[in-house]
Amino acid sequence: MSQSPYATVRIARDNSRPTGLDYIKNIFKSFTEFHGDRRFADDAAVVGGIATLSDRPVTVIAIEKGHTAKERAARNFGAPHPEGYRKALRLMKQAEKFSRPVICFIDTSGAYCGVGAEERGQGQAIAENLMEMSTLRVPVISILIGEGGSGGALALAVSDRVWMLQNAVYSVISPEGCASILWKDSTKAESAAQSLKLTAEDAKELGVIERIISENDIGKKEFYERIKKLITEELEALSEDCDLVSKRYERFRRMGAPKISDSPRDM
Amino acid sequence: MLVFAAGLRSRGKQVTKMAFIKFLKPKNQLEEGGRTAAPVQQDEGEPLKNCPNCHHDIPISKLWANNLVCSCGYHFRMRARQRIAMITDKDSFSELFSDISSQNPLSFPGYSEKLDTVRAASGEEEGVICGTAKIGKQSCCIFVMDSYFMMGSMGSAVGERITSLFEYAKEHRLPVVGFTVSGGARMQEGLLSLMQMAKTSAAVKRHSDAGLLYVAVLTDPTTGGVTASFAMEADIILAEPGARVGFAGARVIEQTTRKTLPKEFQTAEFVMEHGFIDSIVERGSQKKYITRLLKLHRAEVTQ
Repeated sequence: MSQSPYATVRIARDNSRPTGLDYIKNIFKSFTEFHGDRRFADDAAVVGGIATLSDRPVTVIAIEKGHTAKERAARNFGAPHPEGYRKALRLMKQAEKFSRPVICFIDTSGAYCGVGAEERGQGQAIAENLMEMSTLRVPVISILIGEGGSGGALALAVSDRVWMLQNAVYSVISPEGCASILWKDSTKAESAAQSLKLTAEDAKELGVIERIISENDIGKKEFYERIKKLITEELEALSEDCDLVSKRYERFRRMGAPKISDSPRDM
Repeated sequence: MLVFAAGLRSRGKQVTKMAFIKFLKPKNQLEEGGRTAAPVQQDEGEPLKNCPNCHHDIPISKLWANNLVCSCGYHFRMRARQRIAMITDKDSFSELFSDISSQNPLSFPGYSEKLDTVRAASGEEEGVICGTAKIGKQSCCIFVMDSYFMMGSMGSAVGERITSLFEYAKEHRLPVVGFTVSGGARMQEGLLSLMQMAKTSAAVKRHSDAGLLYVAVLTDPTTGGVTASFAMEADIILAEPGARVGFAGARVIEQTTRKTLPKEFQTAEFVMEHGFIDSIVERGSQKKYITRLLKLHRAEVTQ
């Protein structure tokens, strides 16, 4: 492999990469955005609504970072508050009611760390999404398009299929955070990135994702066409599956099941 | 994880404070102003623990007799097995899934050594103990996390044990009582730790959909990926007084927002005020409280 994992982290964070809304605009038709969590506010870091994909109605949800400095500030740099996760869940439940599949695009450094987010239950909001997504009766596909920052990303990825862009990353903690906690030195992020196994290839090897999407033509018409085709085909297969919820359970159930030690240790 | 570091920091502080107090203590009674009172017995042999809340030195035996709660109400951290002994009926606990233990799946540098050290020091194989027990004669499944095992961080073995327990409880139609303490997901197992949040949540949901009760008791500290999964998914969520309960580490929030946080931020009291837990129950009342909940949810009562 020619590219270091930390170089991939830098690419994943690059401002010039397509953001969630770019995918929505280029893959789907007649996107209609819906706002708000019906509880407290509308979180601009999470965009969601209905659209059509090859003439079929779908629910689309994306974490949006924005491109310009102004946009990025308005989107809170793609770091959702609890309201973002609650809006996403509301739209997923709506999708379930109307038998629409759900497609999520994920790009976040993580759920926002702030006073308001804590006061309004950031942990509870994520926990509820994990729980509820696990039994959603419609197909869910999640695609990590940039950063997949810990629980803040997972809250939209308890799905039937999880895919990653070639240069996206998915991690339990940022390499800087890991280095600063473990080695008290955030400059060791490079080796933390290596050890955390956060690239798409690593995630596939660990059985956490099913597919890596090549980025050779990223942002071009053909790129979006390719993803559109992949999603359409996968949804066709998933929609015929009447055992969706138990298979989703099994998908996560087998992750990281540690070996049972042959003989208990004598302590 | 972040609070894991903060927890270590505060324990460090405590130690420094104790050393400081010892330093201030007069070397003999004459230095205290010439009084030659009879020596106080307990000061000599008995080790003392300084309470971070009232700053009194408390004899360890007295603390133990009171379930590690200071007379001022401060709840010290408690080992998982002590807690099981405190909360379950005598000889009723039967451990399950103790053979599940973490390897070093990512070959993370230093992790195998860390596990060896922690296992030797704690006498435990992993950061959570699961089993069946009776609480006030009510049968239940119980899990208790241990802050002395890598600050109760959740790796794949912790996730696997808890998931297996909820599956067992569903199969045997038992309620689950869980005591959480965690710095969050265990970063040395990377993505596999993260996936435990989804795995445990799905198991909690299945147990819940089967109409069964899950009571969580959040103890100090419950943070990160555990808060963002099974700690916040119980039907009834209780917490110990003063326990730190939150998602992000306080230090990270201060760095992100450049604001100094109030002292009560992310305490059990704060989280209750904001509507995220049902009640704060002090340690001495927990057994009675949980017994009552279990009785009120017995199958013959609810059906």
